[in-house]
Amino acid sequence: MAPLLSVSDLAVARGGRRAVEGVTFSLDAGQALILRGANGIGKTTLLRTVAGLQAAVDGIVDAAPDAIAYAAHADGIKGALTVRENLGFWAQVFDGPAIGAALAAMNLSDLADRPAAMLSAGQKRRLGLARLLVTGRPVWVLDEPTVSLDTASVALFVQAVRGHLSGGGAALMATHIDLNLPEATVLDLTPYRADPRRVQDRVPAGFDEAFA
Amino acid sequence: MTALLLRDLRLAVRAGGGFGLGLAFFLILCTLVPFGVGPQGGTLALIAPGILWVGALLACLLSLDRIFALDWEDGSLDLLATAPLPMEGTVLVKAAAHWITTGLPLVAAAPVFGLLLHLPAGAQGWLVLSLLIGTPALSMLGAFGAALTVGLRRGGLLLSLLVLPLYVPTLIFGAETVRRGGAGMDAITPLAFLTAITLAVLGAIPFAAAAALRVNLR
Amino acid sequence: MSFWEYANPVKFMRLSDVALPWVVGAAALTLSVGVIWGLTTPEDYKQGSTVKIMFLHVPAAMMAINIWVMMLVASLIWIIRRHHVSALAAKAAAPVGAVMTLIALATGAIWGQPMWGTWWEWDPRLTSFLILFLFYLGYIALWSAVENPDNAADLTGVLCLVGSVFALLSRYAVNFWNQGLHQGASLSLKAGERMSPVYKYPLYLCMLGFFLLFLALLLVRTRTEIRRRRTAALIAREVRS
Repeated sequence: MAPLLSVSDLAVARGGRRAVEGVTFSLDAGQALILRGANGIGKTTLLRTVAGLQAAVDGIVDAAPDAIAYAAHADGIKGALTVRENLGFWAQVFDGPAIGAALAAMNLSDLADRPAAMLSAGQKRRLGLARLLVTGRPVWVLDEPTVSLDTASVALFVQAVRGHLSGGGAALMATHIDLNLPEATVLDLTPYRADPRRVQDRVPAGFDEAFA
Repeated sequence: MTALLLRDLRLAVRAGGGFGLGLAFFLILCTLVPFGVGPQGGTLALIAPGILWVGALLACLLSLDRIFALDWEDGSLDLLATAPLPMEGTVLVKAAAHWITTGLPLVAAAPVFGLLLHLPAGAQGWLVLSLLIGTPALSMLGAFGAALTVGLRRGGLLLSLLVLPLYVPTLIFGAETVRRGGAGMDAITPLAFLTAITLAVLGAIPFAAAAALRVNLR
Repeated sequence: MSFWEYANPVKFMRLSDVALPWVVGAAALTLSVGVIWGLTTPEDYKQGSTVKIMFLHVPAAMMAINIWVMMLVASLIWIIRRHHVSALAAKAAAPVGAVMTLIALATGAIWGQPMWGTWWEWDPRLTSFLILFLFYLGYIALWSAVENPDNAADLTGVLCLVGSVFALLSRYAVNFWNQGLHQGASLSLKAGERMSPVYKYPLYLCMLGFFLLFLALLLVRTRTEIRRRRTAALIAREVRS
């Protein structure tokens, strides 16, 4: 069976310069991969490229169309709408499953009819993660999913990821903290950091490399 | 796409001022113009088509920067870009939501403002009709400008500089329709041009706006 | 060797370095000969000496439109083939085009005052140039507002495409609009058609001169842009390594 997501020899650029290059990995159903690396190495850029928000400079990202659910630093929550309306909107857009289970999984059922503006930062984050559950998509691409979550909420999140993996999904995450998810593979991006001096011999990533 | 439209409309209603702000601006404009040019009914009737159309343009411009900016700030736009909606569809829906909250109320209230400015009775129908046909193009072109400037710190002023020249053909044919209608001349020709422009804009500009959005998201 | 080789910044710099003095020299020569020849032409039987402003007005107006077309082509090349020099050439051309439009408008006003008795008339041709000037302003403003140069090139490219369509559309709309008022009262002059050779040849020379002047300015400005990018790239590389 083909992997859900396969990335080969990927190079990504931020601000017209290569950040990381030569990144290769693949994710089968039930697998999780955690990206690590210092601030600014290009984890977010890599995830955005995998999610299709920006073009790869080089290499291939191979995934089924509409397979990837992306969650960024920002959760896209509208304060004027209730928790239920926020989640319901995304469920409708993605044509995903009913929102009741997602609310329960992220312990938001009691807050369902509150305006999202009244939620705390951690609660908003949980709402943002609940959105993943209603997309019905197999590959989760998560950028720092545990920001503002307390220990109990991190446990909830890990439980949701486990549920997703056992249901045949896969997850690609960038995070600094220990998720207590031993089945996940860890990929350190440090060795893939692009060498800024080697620019003449390849396709320029953008303006800056074209003129260096 | 219906879900997105409903969400945007709901947000406009809840945030308050979504429907009212453009109208209030239009009212103020129609109140200020007679102070500037004098209360003579004849003069006002002469310039009414132009003032009403320019007013509609400016009222439309007021809320343009919000078409994408709010969704950009809270990250919704990233998420929408990865959703199964084509970006062109998102742009079209956003422009439609903008039109329903600003353009449509203007169309409905236009006869009242026409009365304020002594617009000839024969032109009232043409005013409503031309606004009804022309304002969707204003919203769509505005969405294009908003897509170009989303994420820019000084986006607001730049947006008007980019969008207003694009409004010239719509303004010319819209105001001309009303003027000719009021004078009892043939108003069908400019109205046909206006319709053609609106249809072309609705058909082609979503692609340009979606391209601009994709650039700004990466 | 393909034409596209010159889209490489290094090759472009090398070629333009050689070409620039020649282009500048040719521009200076044609312009000075053309303008002096133009100014020494006999006075027009109807318009008197005012006709001589034509030798600045007509070439500037011509270049104002041609530069926009050149920007459109350069934008298309950037969008389709991603040649960086092309995008920078479009960026470099825009202020020159805006100034040409301004010269055309200003000389037109100075010419119009004695001829039509007014500095400004909402004639279709004049109005179109004013709108073109607005498009130039928007284009330049967008370039300077976007920080990431790749994004700026893409966004201004899209704007140039859409703007071209609307500039053309406005031209016809304005024609329609003014006929509605003035029953076809045309103030436009038909250059070249019924013009005597006395005026025609110096005018052609001035047109060539303006074109060479634009080419010289374009080369200088594009070279500046390339150097600016190169400086930024080298600084960025230093910061990272």
